[in-house]
Amino acid sequence: MTAPALLLVEDLWIAYDRIQAVRGVSFAIAEGEIVTLIGANGAGKSSILRTLAGLQPAARGRVLFAGEDLLSLPAHLRTQRGLALVPEGRGIFGTLTVWENLRLAAYARRDAEMEADLERVFRLFPRLAERRHQLGGTLSGGEQQMLAVGRALMSRARLLLLDEPSMGLAPLLVREIFRVLLRLNLSGTTILLVEQNARLALEVAHRAYILETGEITLSGPAAALRRHPRVQAAYLGG
Amino acid sequence: MSRVPLFLRRLALPAGLLALAWILPAAELLNPYLVQVSMYVGINMILTLSLNLVNGYMGEFSVGHAGFMAVGAYTASVLTVWVVPAALAPWLFPAVLLAGGAAAALSGLVVAFPSFRTRGDYLAIVTLAFNMIVKSALENLEVLGGPRGFLGMPRLTTLPWVVACVLLTLVVCRHLIYSNFGRGVVAIREDEVAAALTSVDTRRVKLYAFLVSAFLAGVAGGLYAHVLQFINPRSFSILKSTDMLVMVYLGGVGSLMGSLLGAALFTVLLELLRPLGLWRWVVGPLLLVLLMIFRPRGLMGFRDPRWLKEEEELPPGPA
Repeated sequence: MTAPALLLVEDLWIAYDRIQAVRGVSFAIAEGEIVTLIGANGAGKSSILRTLAGLQPAARGRVLFAGEDLLSLPAHLRTQRGLALVPEGRGIFGTLTVWENLRLAAYARRDAEMEADLERVFRLFPRLAERRHQLGGTLSGGEQQMLAVGRALMSRARLLLLDEPSMGLAPLLVREIFRVLLRLNLSGTTILLVEQNARLALEVAHRAYILETGEITLSGPAAALRRHPRVQAAYLGG
Repeated sequence: MSRVPLFLRRLALPAGLLALAWILPAAELLNPYLVQVSMYVGINMILTLSLNLVNGYMGEFSVGHAGFMAVGAYTASVLTVWVVPAALAPWLFPAVLLAGGAAAALSGLVVAFPSFRTRGDYLAIVTLAFNMIVKSALENLEVLGGPRGFLGMPRLTTLPWVVACVLLTLVVCRHLIYSNFGRGVVAIREDEVAAALTSVDTRRVKLYAFLVSAFLAGVAGGLYAHVLQFINPRSFSILKSTDMLVMVYLGGVGSLMGSLLGAALFTVLLELLRPLGLWRWVVGPLLLVLLMIFRPRGLMGFRDPRWLKEEEELPPGPA
């Protein structure tokens, strides 16, 4: 890592009542990177994303986003700063059309480039353009995931936090979504990816952190971790 | 060239309605009873639009809107009876209504702040408690007549005033709902967490929605007090709130046109059922039960005619 960190997490603790879900996690993401958090169910991956997005308070620790302290900001301001969470389950507005969903994501913006961004989302996901008048709730799972990513783009995200984007999707759709994510990354969007599908995550990410019961136990370049015997045994099926 | 006719067309309907509201009673083409009923229809339209903003569009469940109405009614009445000189009262009536609305909006904070931390059933209980607190407070305020009520208001509410207030309310609601703010309100209904993640300041949106809703209910209260010229705490009980719920759920949740329709149908229905005597009070709750079973979204749930919507809602490009 040579560039200064876009996101810096230091000694982050997250607790649900008396259960410590995340215990002193520290990591950094540089501008332009794809970083993945890998871990079993309950390792604390989603808790970290939810805390970064402002949905779950941190018990202790410090988070800097582009040099600014994040933990004191409410969720909607974090989104306005350029950090967008695509939550697990996608959080689509079911009774609003695709177009309205995207329009809402630009809620806080009053600039002229909104139309251009809308066109960009439709170029990335032609399926969304075809279905722009369709209600969000009637889309297929894959299309909803595209819409959720599209929404994050409409809020001008610099850092995209993705929680299990491949969950419940057919392999072909997963490929399509990851292809778009890679394209976004090439055009400058930094990505923090949480995935159960470790094989896929390690394929697209530059670096990875392995999370076990709330602590980081391994980290390094994704290519190296892919060959690591412990990772192979635990997450890649030998 | 084409701008002027469109502008005129938009004004034609409201202007026509206002003229009718003024001419019909004056020319005695509408008997006083029908004028009275029409005024109740109008007042109920404002109440229904007000409640629909919170219950239909924002997806919260207020069962205490009669509380806001009471605050508006008593504030406006105190002003016309004790403060405003009788000669000036007809001229200052709009200001009195606004003051009633403002007082109701202020009381709306009592519900708005809890809504930051709680929602759904729990917030419904907060609104219920609010309704009961307002009613008990009024019953115990001897200055305002206590349980006997407050009277002496001049009959300032006329059909043109009611029509004007309904039209203004409709315009305000229409512009709020088809704006960025309105999209935020609907986002909260759909998924509050996702709304925050798409940078909606959910607290501010809720606060404003409750303030506007309470304000409108307060204005309706002021109009109501100056038709009846007598108000007592019992007229603002939970039963009144139930009536409003019936009108919202009859006409249609999340629909402006539905609000107007629900208010008109319900008010006229209750009038037609007058011969039933006390039994007609069974109609409202019974209607609510039937609606919830057979048509929970109401007649026009989540729909509005095209002309009420924003052009922007129809994005460019192939459909």
